[in-house]
Amino acid sequence: MSHRELDDMLGKGWRKPAFVKNPLVRWLLIVGFVAYLIAAFMTIEVDWGRVYEGLDRGWAFILAFTSPDFLSRWSDIWGGLVESIVMTVAASVVGILISIPIGLGAARNIAPLPVYVVCRGIVAISRALQEIIVAILLVAIFGFGPLAGFLTLSFATIGFLSKLLAEDIESMDKVQAEAIKASGARWMQWINYGVQPQVMPRLVGLSMYRIDINFRESAILGLVGAGGIGATLNTAFDRYEYDTAAAILILIIGIVMTLEYLSGVIRARVQ
Amino acid sequence: MLRLQKLTKTYKTGDQALKAIDLEVPKGQVLALIGPSGAGKSTMIRCINRLVEPTDGGVHLGDMDLTKLGSSALRKARREMGMIFQEYALVERLTVMENVLSGRLGYVGFWRSFLRRFPQSDVDEAFRLLDRVGLLHMADKRADELSGGQRQRVGICRALIQNPKLLLVDEPTASLDPKTSRQIMRLITELCKERGLAAIINIHDVALAQMFVPRVVGLRFGEVVYDGLPTGLTPGKLTEIYGEEDWEATIEKVDDEDIEATE
Repeated sequence: MSHRELDDMLGKGWRKPAFVKNPLVRWLLIVGFVAYLIAAFMTIEVDWGRVYEGLDRGWAFILAFTSPDFLSRWSDIWGGLVESIVMTVAASVVGILISIPIGLGAARNIAPLPVYVVCRGIVAISRALQEIIVAILLVAIFGFGPLAGFLTLSFATIGFLSKLLAEDIESMDKVQAEAIKASGARWMQWINYGVQPQVMPRLVGLSMYRIDINFRESAILGLVGAGGIGATLNTAFDRYEYDTAAAILILIIGIVMTLEYLSGVIRARVQ
Repeated sequence: MLRLQKLTKTYKTGDQALKAIDLEVPKGQVLALIGPSGAGKSTMIRCINRLVEPTDGGVHLGDMDLTKLGSSALRKARREMGMIFQEYALVERLTVMENVLSGRLGYVGFWRSFLRRFPQSDVDEAFRLLDRVGLLHMADKRADELSGGQRQRVGICRALIQNPKLLLVDEPTASLDPKTSRQIMRLITELCKERGLAAIINIHDVALAQMFVPRVVGLRFGEVVYDGLPTGLTPGKLTEIYGEEDWEATIEKVDDEDIEATE
C-alpha cells in the first residue's frame, strides 16, 4: 500500500510549497505590486533645472565640513549642547522609570486584562503622536525652551520602551517564572526574581538605545522651538553660516558615536 | 497527608486532562507517576499547587482544601510544597545562591528579598543544602554556567529550603544522561527519606521508577489505571498504561539493574 504511494512520488522532483497557494492569486499579487511601484515612482516630479541650481548650494554646504567653524559662535554652540544633554539625560531617566511599570502592565502574560488594556492604550497614544507634533503642542503650552523638549522626549520614551519591554516579557521563559511562583513568592518578589533577570539585558540595551535616540531627537526639537542644540543649528542655517552648522553637526555625530560605543560596552557586560 | 478527591481538569479547548482522580499519599511516601505523554501527569502535579487551576474536585493537604484558598492563603500553602522541574527551571541569570534562596521567598518580606538580605538561618541552610548535594563551591556561579546534573541539584536545594512536607517532582531526569538520571533519582529519594517527605515523581522512564520507588501509579488519558508495587508492573499492565509494545526488554533490564545496584 505505502509502497505504491512511494512509487508515485519517486522521480517527481520537489519544491517548497508556495506561501500563497493559489497560483492565480499569487501572480496577481506580484504583478499588482510591481505595477503599483512603477506608477508610484512616475508620480514623483523631479525638476532637473532646480536640482542643477541646488547643486551649488549643496556643494557649499559639503565644503563647509572641510572648514568647520567652532569658534565664532562657540558660546551658542556650548549652551545648546549642554541644554541638549541635560534634556536627554533628564528625559531618559524619567521616561525609563515610567516605562517600567507601564511595560509590566502591557505584558499580557503577567497583567490582568483591564490593566493590560489601559497600559496598551497609553503605549498606543504615545507611539501614534510623532515627537514633532507633541513638541509643537507642548511649546504652545509651556512656551519656547528646554522644558517642552524634556517633556516631549519623556513622553516618546514611554511609548517606545514600554512596548518593547512588554514584548520581551511576553516572550520570556514561562517555567523559570513558574518555579518562583511555586515557592509561594508575592507578586513583587515574583517579578524581581522570576521576570526581571530574564528581561534585564534587553531593558538595559533598549534604554541605551533610547538615550541615543533622545539625543538625536533633541537636535530636531530645536527646529520647533523646544530648546537644545537644534535651536542653535537652526539659527546657523537661517544665517547661511554653513561652517558653524558643520561644526555643530560634527559635534552631534561625535556624541552619537560615543554613545554607540558606550552602549556596546555596557550591553556586553550585562549579557 | 495529601488526598486528591475527584480532581478534574478540563482545558478551555475541551480536552479532559484529568478525569475525577482519587489518590491518597500518606506522610513520607514517595510515589512515581508514570504514563504516556499527554496522560495528564504534568497537569496533575500542577493542579496540586494550583499553577494550573483545577476545574473540579478537591486537593486536601493535611486538613486544608487547597482548591478553596484565596491568593494569600494559597501562597502560604505553596510554601509547604516544594517543586522540582523538568529542564530544571532555574532562573538562569541569577547565581546558584539566589536560586536556592528563592525557595525562601514565601517566608521573607519583599525588601529583604529585593536587597538579597536573607536571614542568617536561611543563608546557613542554603550552604548546608549545597554542601549536601556537593555544590558548595559553586554558590556564587551563575546558574547557566552549570551542567544539567548540577542544575537539577540546585533545583532540589531550592525545593528543600522551603522546608516542605511534600515534593512535587516533574520529570526530574528528562534531559539527563542515564548515569546522572540515577544519581538524581537516588538523591531525591534519599533526601525524602532523611526528612520524612512525601513526594510525587512524574517520570516516563519506567525502569528508573521501578528502581527507586515503593509505589507506582499509572495514568492513561487522565485516569488512574494502575496503583501498586513496582514489581506488579507486568507486560499486561504496561500495555494497559502505554499501549501495545514488547515489554520484555524493559522488564529484563530492570532485573539486571537491580542486581547491579545490590552488588
